[in-house]
Amino acid sequence: MMNNMLAPEAAKTSGHPAAQWLLNNIVTLIFIAFTLFGFFISDNVTLPFFLSELSSRVFRNSFLVLSLIIPVLAGLGLNFGIVIGAMSGQIAVSIVRYFDGGGVSGLLYAFAIAFFVAALCGYLTGLLYNKTRGQEMIASLIVGYFANGIYQFLFLFVVGVIIAVPATHPMIKPDGIGVRMTVDLVPLKAGGLKYALDDMCTMPFVYALLLMAVCIFIFTAARWIINNRRGESYKNSRGQAAANLLLGGAIAAVSLHAIITDSQLMMVRRVPVVTGLMITALCIFTSLITKTKLGQDFRSTGFSQNVSRVSGIDVDRTRIIATVISTVLASWGQIIYLQNMGTLNTYNAHTQIGMFSVASLLVGGASTSKANVKNAIFGTILFNSMFIMSPEIGQSLFGQALLGEYFRTFMVYGVIGLALGLYVWKAAKDAERASMTE
Amino acid sequence: MEEPLLCFRNISKSYYGNKVLTNINFDVKKGEIHALIGENGAGKSTLMNILFGMPVIHSTGGFDGEILIDGQKADIRSPHAAMQAGIGMVHQEFMLIPQYTIAENIKLNRETTSPNIISKFLGKRLETVDTAKMNADARRALDTLDMDIEAYTTVAGLPVGHLEFIEIAREIDKSDIKILVFDEPTAVLTESEAQHLLAAIKRLAGMGIGIIFISHRLDEIVSVADRVTILRDGELVATKDIEQTNAAEIASMMIGRKVSIERNSETKRNISGETELLVEGLHVAMPGERVRGVSFEVKKGEIVGIGGLAGQGKLGIANGIMGTYPSKGHVVFHGKELKLNDPLAAVSSGLAFVSEDRKGAGLLLSESIELNIAFTAMQTRGMFMTKVLGMGFRNDSAIRKHALGMIKELDIRCESPQQRAGSLSGGNQQKVCVARALTLEPTFLFVSEPTRGIDIGAKKLILDLLLKLNEELGMTIVMTSSELAELRSICDRIIIICEGNIGGVLPPDASDAEFGLMMSGSREKRAERSCA
Amino acid sequence: MAENKTENSLSQRLLSAAGQVGLPTLIIAAFWLLTLLGGFAVGISMQALVSDTIKRAGMNGILVLAMVPAIQSGTGPNFALPIGIVCGLFAMVCAIEAGAVGFGWLALSFLICVPLAAAAGYGYGKLMNAVKGSEMTIATYTGFSVVALMCLAWLTLPFKNPKMGWFIGKGLRETIQLDAVGAAQILNKILEFRIGDVIIPTGLLLTFAFFCILTQIFFRSKTGIAISAGGINPKFARAAGIDIDRNRILANIISTILGAAGIIVYSQSFGYAQLYTAPLMMAFPAVAAVLIGGATASRAKVSHVVIGVILFQGLLTTALPVANVVFAGTDLSEIMRMIIQNGIILYALTQVKGDAK
Repeated sequence: MMNNMLAPEAAKTSGHPAAQWLLNNIVTLIFIAFTLFGFFISDNVTLPFFLSELSSRVFRNSFLVLSLIIPVLAGLGLNFGIVIGAMSGQIAVSIVRYFDGGGVSGLLYAFAIAFFVAALCGYLTGLLYNKTRGQEMIASLIVGYFANGIYQFLFLFVVGVIIAVPATHPMIKPDGIGVRMTVDLVPLKAGGLKYALDDMCTMPFVYALLLMAVCIFIFTAARWIINNRRGESYKNSRGQAAANLLLGGAIAAVSLHAIITDSQLMMVRRVPVVTGLMITALCIFTSLITKTKLGQDFRSTGFSQNVSRVSGIDVDRTRIIATVISTVLASWGQIIYLQNMGTLNTYNAHTQIGMFSVASLLVGGASTSKANVKNAIFGTILFNSMFIMSPEIGQSLFGQALLGEYFRTFMVYGVIGLALGLYVWKAAKDAERASMTE
Repeated sequence: MEEPLLCFRNISKSYYGNKVLTNINFDVKKGEIHALIGENGAGKSTLMNILFGMPVIHSTGGFDGEILIDGQKADIRSPHAAMQAGIGMVHQEFMLIPQYTIAENIKLNRETTSPNIISKFLGKRLETVDTAKMNADARRALDTLDMDIEAYTTVAGLPVGHLEFIEIAREIDKSDIKILVFDEPTAVLTESEAQHLLAAIKRLAGMGIGIIFISHRLDEIVSVADRVTILRDGELVATKDIEQTNAAEIASMMIGRKVSIERNSETKRNISGETELLVEGLHVAMPGERVRGVSFEVKKGEIVGIGGLAGQGKLGIANGIMGTYPSKGHVVFHGKELKLNDPLAAVSSGLAFVSEDRKGAGLLLSESIELNIAFTAMQTRGMFMTKVLGMGFRNDSAIRKHALGMIKELDIRCESPQQRAGSLSGGNQQKVCVARALTLEPTFLFVSEPTRGIDIGAKKLILDLLLKLNEELGMTIVMTSSELAELRSICDRIIIICEGNIGGVLPPDASDAEFGLMMSGSREKRAERSCA
Repeated sequence: MAENKTENSLSQRLLSAAGQVGLPTLIIAAFWLLTLLGGFAVGISMQALVSDTIKRAGMNGILVLAMVPAIQSGTGPNFALPIGIVCGLFAMVCAIEAGAVGFGWLALSFLICVPLAAAAGYGYGKLMNAVKGSEMTIATYTGFSVVALMCLAWLTLPFKNPKMGWFIGKGLRETIQLDAVGAAQILNKILEFRIGDVIIPTGLLLTFAFFCILTQIFFRSKTGIAISAGGINPKFARAAGIDIDRNRILANIISTILGAAGIIVYSQSFGYAQLYTAPLMMAFPAVAAVLIGGATASRAKVSHVVIGVILFQGLLTTALPVANVVFAGTDLSEIMRMIIQNGIILYALTQVKGDAK
């Protein structure tokens, strides 16, 4: 057994390194090429417009994408089931909205309610994944559709028929049964949830960039020093550190240049600080949890359920915990998403969340069994760039924005299919090679 | 006298009324290397399962007798309890995670952690893993074994010899390890790695750990063990000081003579001098049964046995020739080179195979008996087909007629030919497999483990059937079996496979010691001399 | 005494028959019966319900039938059914473009769709062989991708026939009326007759029956038996000299062709060919139907298709008006469809033997 497990690693290093690298990063490369191509051919996309759009999309979606990482570590693959988390978030937002909650307190209520609903749903989904071992991904996709049925039952039928609600409430349909298709979340100033998180505190885009650069510097230096002090200097990689410093330097240079010359970058929309902090906190949480006993168990379970079980790890429970965490995080992510949108698109807002988030993570270079914070953030940026550019490309190449939109859909599905397919194909190839060599 | 570290007292165990261990008594002293040897099914693994409190023991009604550790009765009801009692095991299949470092593997699910702010509220599972401390602990364990490899090296890509040592390091890192069980530790190692390992085992014994050393390699046992206990058919044959015995004696005690071999000195046998099958340098990549270059030939009309211990590669030979596992080498059948890795070519050439994997490769359990019998002939010979518009369709009446004939001929006990094959008893299932092979009208038959999982009465029927096929139809038969007695009862000669190679060829009436030595690959010629 | 014994075995046989039918099938059947009773109680015309059920079972039947070869070959339910469907749609569009009408159009559509679907099925089969073990997830996304890709095609391909274009702008319409080529319900109307108010679309049913029989016969052929054996027990089939990969490809070609033919039959009965994103989710009801009929993710028979499509479509047809009467204003039947359809697929997934690492 061990022989077979080891050989793939050895086999991976064989073959032409450049071709291997290309194969491993094909999805990412396609997206980079596509976005750059978009810039070249479309004239009416200005940099400030693009960056404004991009930053608001990244702040809106990152949290959801990050919620996918832990199930990947625990060997559950890409959890399309985060739509269930998204629905839990919407349930929470609806409840708060129904009782006219808003502002910071409304937001906190929403997070608290979402926590309990999502934890319960996550527990049940986790049980299901344990029953559909080996087929978790398709199960997670289908369970999302299934849950959507129950969600609609709740919102269209239970509200009004079983739970009596006043037909006069702005959320409720005029006939008194069911929630409206779109629910206005009421601006923060009027005591609502709209921009409740985003508008707490904002800062100019370029300053945020500068801050980010500083963070990268501090983070890189801190990690280097801590590793050295712990006597784990082998964990330090010069190349990695250099790359980080270079990236930080570049970002700092761009932002400083913009501040000094007052260039067009100053026109980019201001960014939400608190949302940014929450995303940063989640990044830190996700990296830190891998350093705990629980995180180690996630990874053990993810690498080999059999070995973990023999070593006495409660594999089933560990997988359920991973699912619960992912679902709860997704529910919070959806609340962040909704307060930014400002309206609750009751029956549509959640349906695509799983697909888009998974595609983002994959574009960032993750796979079914490997994902980290970097993949998530980089992927979200790249994926949303494509999203913004597609209609533009359709417009400028064919004179039809619709074409670009269809193309965008194709990219989403195609990327998931391609990334998953390549992963399985490579694994099968390696296993075959391993069985032939001893 | 020093009190033994571990005692087995009157251990008996039965599975569903089947006695697999009877009254086992032996003990292991502090610092002793105690070898345990026996054929497959002799009860070694059941005994170890009892020692480790494996669920399979307790879910089947527990066992009789008691285990004493340091003279105290130990109640070991779970693997966890075994660990607490200071019993460790180095598995034959490595329980390692290749993506982890050596230290992470050594500390798997025993990670050293330190509290942090969050863990104070949410429990121990959120404590931080202390990699530095884990590396240091791992370093200590590795040093004990004289391994100068960094503890933070990733396991993937390390040579197999290292993996074995990491497993051992994990066991000795567990605090208070008293008894360490090695299950065929040298099976996957090269000669020099094995020597290195044996030296390490001796060193561990020197530290006062009691060692149970399970191996089939007699020469290793003779060179490393202090005492040896021989099990056979669930009974303890003897426990001997290694100085007072030799490989030949151990071998003969291991094999024993279970049943007197009845061989009719028959008259109808007709073995010609013509070579029907020639195998040269056959390698087969069958997991767990790898064949590493065997050459032999089979004469027309012969019954040749292939024997050997489990995992040595005897099962790989027929599978390799028949194309069910990847293979390379030369096979000449009826004077023609046989295309390897092509089951269709093998079946079409007149070879037939009754697989050891009866419920897997052998039968479509959910389909009818008649389809099972006709299937291969239908697919490879186009038998039982009616042609309509150039397409072949199954001819139910032809299938039925043939199946009824076979059922009568082989005395398959069933309600009707349409009964599902899965609902038959083991012996009758085996007959269905034979019937399918016979439907191909082969001149040459491979039969692997024909009596595995079949009750005694049915065993004899199957063996008689094979003999009859050979006598009446002149069919050449190569029978692979773990049951030496059964090979000796019908075969003309027996090829013993050891570690993927041919250990030697013996006549069926060779002595037990000869079989035992050959099966355990004893390279010590001294043993053979002392036997003679 | 003797009588007693036979009676005993009869009751045993009944029990085992009930066991064979399977719990999901029984639950759905009971549920359907309940809705029928409910409908009867609130005074909905039973005859209209029966007519609708027959029609919808007939028009969905071949799409469900497409699951059988894929499942039997061991690739699992064909979640990439949209591939076959877009082939069928493309064939219909081409036939309209060629100016064919009526039966000519139908024949031409079938004629074009077969080579197209065969080619697509070949590629899809190859893909499925490359990703053994994760077929279902990847099939789903392959299907989705193809639908999205075809959206681009519908918009850009230079079709000229005004019966299909937008009134303004380029590209094909979302739904193409088949009335325009005299092909709406063209099969349904063959030998159509009424029993009371129950309409029997004989031609439609005969077409469905024809494809069922064809499939049934195929699985009695040498190749068909080999495909099934490869699906149940690959080790066994390989030992018998069967080329499993080739058979899996063949099975997926057949499945894709059935999907293509299925959408043609579906569209003529519906009266419209629906392009763009319409085929996206069409695999799921088909998978659910065959599972409701008693199939599993690894075993399916033509009888499962017939039972499943009648039960599932019957339930959906009945539930819609009943729910509308009982709970006015809410589309409970659509919700019910989502829950039942996906619930049954999830149930089937829990029965798949896991290959945990």
